[in-house]
Amino acid sequence: MTNACSTCKYNTVSDLKKMGEQTTSFDYTIALAGNPNTGKSTVFNTLTGLRQHTGNWPGKTVTTAQGSFSFLDKKFKLVDLPGTYSLLSTSEDEEVARDFILFGKPDVTIVVVDASRLERNLNLALQILEITNKVVLCVNLMDEAKRHNIEIDDRTLARDLGIPVVTTSARSNEGITDLLHAVHDLAIGEIVTKPYHFEDIPRTTNKAIEKLNDELLKLYPQLANSRWIAMRLLEGDESIIKALKEGRLH
Amino acid sequence: MTEDRNELDKLLELAEDLRKDVGDNYHDNLTESFYADASKIVKNSVKSDDQHRTFRVDRAIDNIVTSKIWGFPIMLLLLGVVLWLTIIGANYPSQLLSSLFLETIYPFLKSGAESLSIPAWISGLLIDGVYLSTAWVVAVMLPPMAIFFPLFTLMEDFGYLPRIAFNLDNIFRKAGAHGKQALTMSMGFGCNAAGVVATRIIDSPRERLIAIITNNFSLCNGRWPTQILIATIFIGAVVPTGLSQLVSTGSVIAIAVLGIGFTFLVSWFLSKTMLKGEASFFILELPPYRPPRIWQTIYTSLIDRTLIVLGRAVAFAAPAGAIIWLISNINIQDQSIALWLIEGLSPFGIILGLNGVILLAYILAIPANEIVIPTILMLTTLTFSSMGVGNGAGVLFDGSENEVANILHAGGWTLLTGINLMLFSLLHNPCSTTIYTIYKETRSIKWTAVASLLPLLLGIFVCFMVAQIWRLF
Repeated sequence: MTNACSTCKYNTVSDLKKMGEQTTSFDYTIALAGNPNTGKSTVFNTLTGLRQHTGNWPGKTVTTAQGSFSFLDKKFKLVDLPGTYSLLSTSEDEEVARDFILFGKPDVTIVVVDASRLERNLNLALQILEITNKVVLCVNLMDEAKRHNIEIDDRTLARDLGIPVVTTSARSNEGITDLLHAVHDLAIGEIVTKPYHFEDIPRTTNKAIEKLNDELLKLYPQLANSRWIAMRLLEGDESIIKALKEGRLH
Repeated sequence: MTEDRNELDKLLELAEDLRKDVGDNYHDNLTESFYADASKIVKNSVKSDDQHRTFRVDRAIDNIVTSKIWGFPIMLLLLGVVLWLTIIGANYPSQLLSSLFLETIYPFLKSGAESLSIPAWISGLLIDGVYLSTAWVVAVMLPPMAIFFPLFTLMEDFGYLPRIAFNLDNIFRKAGAHGKQALTMSMGFGCNAAGVVATRIIDSPRERLIAIITNNFSLCNGRWPTQILIATIFIGAVVPTGLSQLVSTGSVIAIAVLGIGFTFLVSWFLSKTMLKGEASFFILELPPYRPPRIWQTIYTSLIDRTLIVLGRAVAFAAPAGAIIWLISNINIQDQSIALWLIEGLSPFGIILGLNGVILLAYILAIPANEIVIPTILMLTTLTFSSMGVGNGAGVLFDGSENEVANILHAGGWTLLTGINLMLFSLLHNPCSTTIYTIYKETRSIKWTAVASLLPLLLGIFVCFMVAQIWRLF
């Protein structure tokens, strides 16, 4: 006889198998992005069972770390990207993060944000939403936010952003199962996102972006993140121009 | 394909034209837009107390640790406490380990080899060479590392490092360097190779090069134990017993601070000469203080950091031990290769207030700073074996602190030798791992050479000056 709990979708922590550094065969690639100091590496360690050193300062992780785990019979490769505040500048850590999301084409990107600093952290999330629509927002450090009496309405946030939003306290394993389900469902295509695209742009800038975007789409109808590429072209981003010339973007 | 090319070129031209329309503020406008949207979304889904009570605790701590008056004293005090605990705490286990390795296991191995009638040269190479140097590295290195790393990691997890960066930012800017260099410098206090990799957070290539070249002025893992040991033996010994630990701690701090001073000085020099330019601005977020998870931190820093560094030291010490034994026991004409080398280097060493043994040890220890002290001890006993110190060529017998002091004093070491060794340990070429990392990061032989040779030349200069001034009195 099975009881209700053992068949419940949410009692599946035991379905998580931490597979450490083994990254040879897997079904999906998951990127882990986020601002520095949001507990990204803690999420990484919790999922993979690895022990990436976590430090309480920006710039602790400047390279990508890889690990893997399996969940509900699917194998996932998890790539921990350097923590960055944005993807708009040219420092090497930001380029590493951006290039992986852009060229590595991960199946799902988890954006880890600090619940107590949501406003500042969402900036990066919005930029990532311009590049890829397969995003899960992981609002981490909920325990700290609660201590600071900050309440977060994750449903409204999910509706506004058009992507799954999961609240976690990775240090104490809270919400990890929900995160796994969201990642899994998005990866297998059970969830379809309708990502928010930012709109509060000065008119001339917006017109320029739209015009370039239209031309881009005429040339490459398959381009998923044309609007973001248009923004980068307006900025004269050499690495994006090079990637277009080499045909690495479409 | 070619048609695609033309189309793409046209598109890029269009982008060029449009860029003129959107103006210079494009980047800032875009950044602002993202923030404006983020703020709009947050309004709908986040409710927060306006009385951030816990934030005030954060701020209160920050006001003290980053204050103009208290910031620096607190930094030095914390560093002092960590070092003091390391010096006091490492003493006892160090003696225990060396008596175990050198007084119990070593004779056992020796007599075992004899009773099995293993040829003398094999037991010499393996036991007197490989085993002894490995045992030395473990006995000298393990206790200070096992105390220093967890303490340092606890400070790091608590969130103190960004405050150090905040305190130092102003000075770095005045030196024409990037404020984030304070972070990469702190990283270098653990390991210079890691510090060099960490400079990737600096986006201007000019400032990044400055950070890479000056990272070696942060005392690394491999050099802290050297500093602590020499400070205890030479500087702690010249003051009354009650003060010795305090004074030796103070001298190690002085060397670390001197290193920071050289970081500023050389950064300033580079930004005025080879790497001219203005310092760029950046935003440094002071993260919230987080109570470190003490047991987990101790566990991971012991397992990950201490054992990895120790493993690396042992991996380099074992072959180095074999080499030391070989050059000590292979004779050319009437004396060993090692003695030839030491005698050859001696005149230069004496001018620098050092000696031939130290210079040879630094050449042999290029792969890892960790093995400098064991190498020096082995070479010293070898040189003076004829005088009845030590019991055979290239063999060390006893490892207590007093014994080390006896060996070094017998080797003709003075207070000047000790001070200059501490200075030279701070100012010399990076280890081979770091040099290779610098090359990988800069992809430039020129800058790798600058980063490797500049500290060495500085070290030679500083030691020379100190020796000359010392000898005047």
